[in-house]
Amino acid sequence: MSSAEPTRRDFLYIATASVAAFGAAATLVPLIAQMNPDASTIAAGAPIEVDLTPIADGQVIKVFWRGKPIYVNHRTKKQIEEAQNVDVAKLPDPQPDSARVKPGHDQWQVLIGICTHLGCIPIAHQGPYDGYFCPCHGSVYDTSGRIRQGPAPLNLALPPYEFLSDTKIRIG
Amino acid sequence: MSGHPTYQPQSAFMRWMERRLPIGGLIYSSFVVYPTPRNLNYWWTFGGILAFMLGVQIVTGVVLAMHYTPQVDFAFDSVERIMRDVNYGWLLRYLHATGASMFFLAAYIHMFRGMYYGSYKDPREVLWILGVILLLLMIITGFMGYVLPWGQMSFWAATVITNLFSAIPLVGEPIVTWLWGGYAVGNPTLNRFYSLHYLLPFVIVGVVVLHIWALHVAGQNNPTGVEPKSEEDTVAFTPYATIKDSFLLAVFCILFAWFVFYIPNFLLAPDNYIPANPAVTPTHIVPEWYYLPFYAILRAIPNKLFGVMALGASILILAFLPWLDTSKVRSARYRPLYRQFFWVFVIVCVGLGWLGGKPPEGNYVLIARIFTVYYFAFFLVILPVLGKVERTKPLPNSISESVLREGKPIGAQAPPPAGAKA
Repeated sequence: MSSAEPTRRDFLYIATASVAAFGAAATLVPLIAQMNPDASTIAAGAPIEVDLTPIADGQVIKVFWRGKPIYVNHRTKKQIEEAQNVDVAKLPDPQPDSARVKPGHDQWQVLIGICTHLGCIPIAHQGPYDGYFCPCHGSVYDTSGRIRQGPAPLNLALPPYEFLSDTKIRIG
Repeated sequence: MSGHPTYQPQSAFMRWMERRLPIGGLIYSSFVVYPTPRNLNYWWTFGGILAFMLGVQIVTGVVLAMHYTPQVDFAFDSVERIMRDVNYGWLLRYLHATGASMFFLAAYIHMFRGMYYGSYKDPREVLWILGVILLLLMIITGFMGYVLPWGQMSFWAATVITNLFSAIPLVGEPIVTWLWGGYAVGNPTLNRFYSLHYLLPFVIVGVVVLHIWALHVAGQNNPTGVEPKSEEDTVAFTPYATIKDSFLLAVFCILFAWFVFYIPNFLLAPDNYIPANPAVTPTHIVPEWYYLPFYAILRAIPNKLFGVMALGASILILAFLPWLDTSKVRSARYRPLYRQFFWVFVIVCVGLGWLGGKPPEGNYVLIARIFTVYYFAFFLVILPVLGKVERTKPLPNSISESVLREGKPIGAQAPPPAGAKA
């Protein structure tokens, strides 16, 4: 019974199917969106303040922001020099040390302590560069948190933060 | 196959039932008179064992769910309470945890059998692909179950595996946040994993039904790879296959029970008896043994994106096996070269499993790379080429010709000389 000419019934079929397809797609929106961070999780991700006075020279402390460990590293002179005297062009993810600290605060290295490979937590003061070493898959970071060896593709990420005074930072 | 008797309901109730829901007839034709090749060996019993293990996991899992609390502050303690306070809780949990290992063991044997005897070839491609889907579902379900006790290994397994998706360019990070329901693995993650860990086994049941359906349409393959041609080539499923399956199932259960009762923690990581700590990653982090080959492939590649792609490809490539193997001959019995490459492949898979448990350094990485290359070359180079160049041995004309001589099984006791029936 098929004719070459489209009929009004063909139009009705296509229109009905389109509405049904659109409706089905629309129901996916809440079903998928419910899995994203909920309002309380987002609210709990507010900025935190960290007092730097108790952190001794060479000490690394770990604080949590948005469930992520943040390393605050009070670097020694030797570590700062090591981080600065690197041929940046030869790094897997080239970045000078100056781009990874706040100007005038070379001794404070603040970074997210999550390996950029698969999310393990690197251990501070370990590995050949005295920076960070990830025990999961052997990624090695230097004292600037830059990737030097291993499968991780990127340098350790930097959280958004600012110096409120010389001894206090706000992360977030 | 024609000629086998049809179902005759024996009782008045079953006669009444058969006119309304012919389930008796379905069982009778599928599991009683269903013709199976008469030469099936014990490697063919693992399908039944897998069905049994799926049942074990569902029954023990549903029971464990009655005592488990999917909340980050209580999950670890609730598992400990199952172990110490719940009546027979220790047994049920060890059955479930060890059962996962047994399930994967049987699945891997089942797959290697299919590869050795060419069970994936025309007309069983869909049957094989359904099997690959089942493997994928098992991997996902097993992973999510491993997270539920919320120990150190649970937490970090969840972190590492979900982070695999962060390798995807552009959308990787949003996908990972979406999977977590937060900015790190946390309570929302545990909740959804629990929900899905409960759901997926029933999805597996559904795909198993399709798998068996496809099996019953194409019929079973057999060690010769020659399709049954006459009634002499087959025997009835019951009692022949039923008894053979039952026997090996009993042997398999002895192994299962040995693990459960004598070395229940042999396959579990000691670190998982430490409650999850988001601040400290365990120094030596490895997945369960059944994921180690894939894990070794992931680590063998020094680039994150390509490592993750290789991991995914190592599983998905199985689905293309029916078309990558170009040989018309199914069984490795008649493929002298394929047989050698196959056993090297088995050694490589086991070797990758061993390497996956070793630290990623030095020669381990080198060997893992060589094995990874062989793993993919087996599918992408060896199998396509071998089908064109291999000189196969002559196939038997029929199954019965390969196993019977004058109507008696080869290797059976010689019949008495006089009055012997042919």
